[in-house]
Amino acid sequence: MSGIGMENKPKLVDENGRRIDGRKLDELRPIRIEAGVLKRADGSAYVEWGENKVLAAVYGPREAKPKHIQNPARAIVQCRYNMAPFSVSERKRPGPDRRSVEISKITGEVFENVLFLEMFPRASVDIFIEVLQANAGTRCAGITAASVALADAGIPMADLVPACAAGKIDGQIALDLKKEEDNYGEADLPVAIIPRTKEIVLLQMDGNMSQSEFETALNMAIDACMKIYELQKEALKNKYKGEQEVEREEVQTPKQEQR
Amino acid sequence: MEERKQMQNVATRKIVVPGELLMKGHMKPGVGTYARDGQIFAATVGILNVHGNYVNVIPLSGKYMPRVGDVIIGKIIDVAPTNWLVDINAPYPAPLHISGTPWRIEMGETQKYLNVGDMVLCEVEAVDETKRVMVTMGKPGCKKLLGGEIIEITPTKVPRVIGKGGSMINLLKNYTKCRIFVGQNGRIWIEGSVEQIAIAILAIRKIEEESHLLGLTDSIKNFLEEKTKNLTQ
Repeated sequence: MSGIGMENKPKLVDENGRRIDGRKLDELRPIRIEAGVLKRADGSAYVEWGENKVLAAVYGPREAKPKHIQNPARAIVQCRYNMAPFSVSERKRPGPDRRSVEISKITGEVFENVLFLEMFPRASVDIFIEVLQANAGTRCAGITAASVALADAGIPMADLVPACAAGKIDGQIALDLKKEEDNYGEADLPVAIIPRTKEIVLLQMDGNMSQSEFETALNMAIDACMKIYELQKEALKNKYKGEQEVEREEVQTPKQEQR
Repeated sequence: MEERKQMQNVATRKIVVPGELLMKGHMKPGVGTYARDGQIFAATVGILNVHGNYVNVIPLSGKYMPRVGDVIIGKIIDVAPTNWLVDINAPYPAPLHISGTPWRIEMGETQKYLNVGDMVLCEVEAVDETKRVMVTMGKPGCKKLLGGEIIEITPTKVPRVIGKGGSMINLLKNYTKCRIFVGQNGRIWIEGSVEQIAIAILAIRKIEEESHLLGLTDSIKNFLEEKTKNLTQ
């Protein structure tokens, strides 16, 4: 590999097939998901993904404003992905830039595929993703967090959406690249899927891979998404664990009989 | 039949998340679920509940969605010559027309009766397919709420605060001697002395927090007994 910024390229994969942080090629970074961390938002989630720290908040469905953005047939999804100035090693200038506008757009579109938006005409579902600390793969962490936050907000949806990236480093296909691997690697391939049907709702690629490499990477990312899906379910079930003890009689919503 | 009974027992305490497979075959999808390829899946986080031929998911969170006939507590947010706009704690505000009030109002005199910030007890009159909501005060019991205090709870917990056949709400009323009204949209109006209201609010918050525990009515009864004992001393 040659090119600008490649002079100090570290060795990304050693002789034993281990990566710089000791992971195997098909190993994820440790992931921790927590649901319902914010009190003011309708739904929220916090994800720690390796050194990534991402917070997602969801509001709605609420009336879309200004009125001209309303859709009389369905709700709209508005998403904002934002990186904190302190999230990267060199201070990031606050505010939206080309990259975050793109990620906001594609993240919103991911959720348009799973939310039952027809149930809430003229309304808006607002998703806010704040990256507190970044170490490559924040868009995947953001999508993972946002889908848990949407479920926490009680918004009807067909499925949770896990996301994960695979890529190519030192000529080999590897899962879930971290910062150094992303910077010095050859390719990065973020993928988001609907686990129930294995439909792909997000697929981007940065860099070059052959077709067979692409297929290997895609399958690797999809397998990882299924693992992340389990973590998402667990996070939601953990939050509502106590609710499982509900008495059967009380579950059947009684009609109001008072006054 | 035997099989279904078994399913019901298993179903009652199970917590489900969106996308989870609930049932295959002959059942029908109810609230909080959707059907694909003859299978029923959960659409929200909630408790699995089988009722008759329907598979439901009782949601644990979510916004209030207006249904015709719901008695709710609304807040006036705008005044127009022939109607008011009412915030009903749903994704949509609802107009209240002068013809739906118990008063005889001349056009342009709406402000004399209700003004911005007033709270009203009203009923959902109509909801159309684009979720345009109409409320009315023409039904018995509907009125402007004067005095008292209003608190908000998660709309999905409203059935818990009312209790089975109104058991919980009667408990609250008897012990605190407050006048209480629970709107289906999660707003609760309480009237009484300051101390009584304080106890009622504490109890409602306790219900909201412990809504999942067994023997909730008993624990609230003990709680109220304890609190109201101090009140009389």
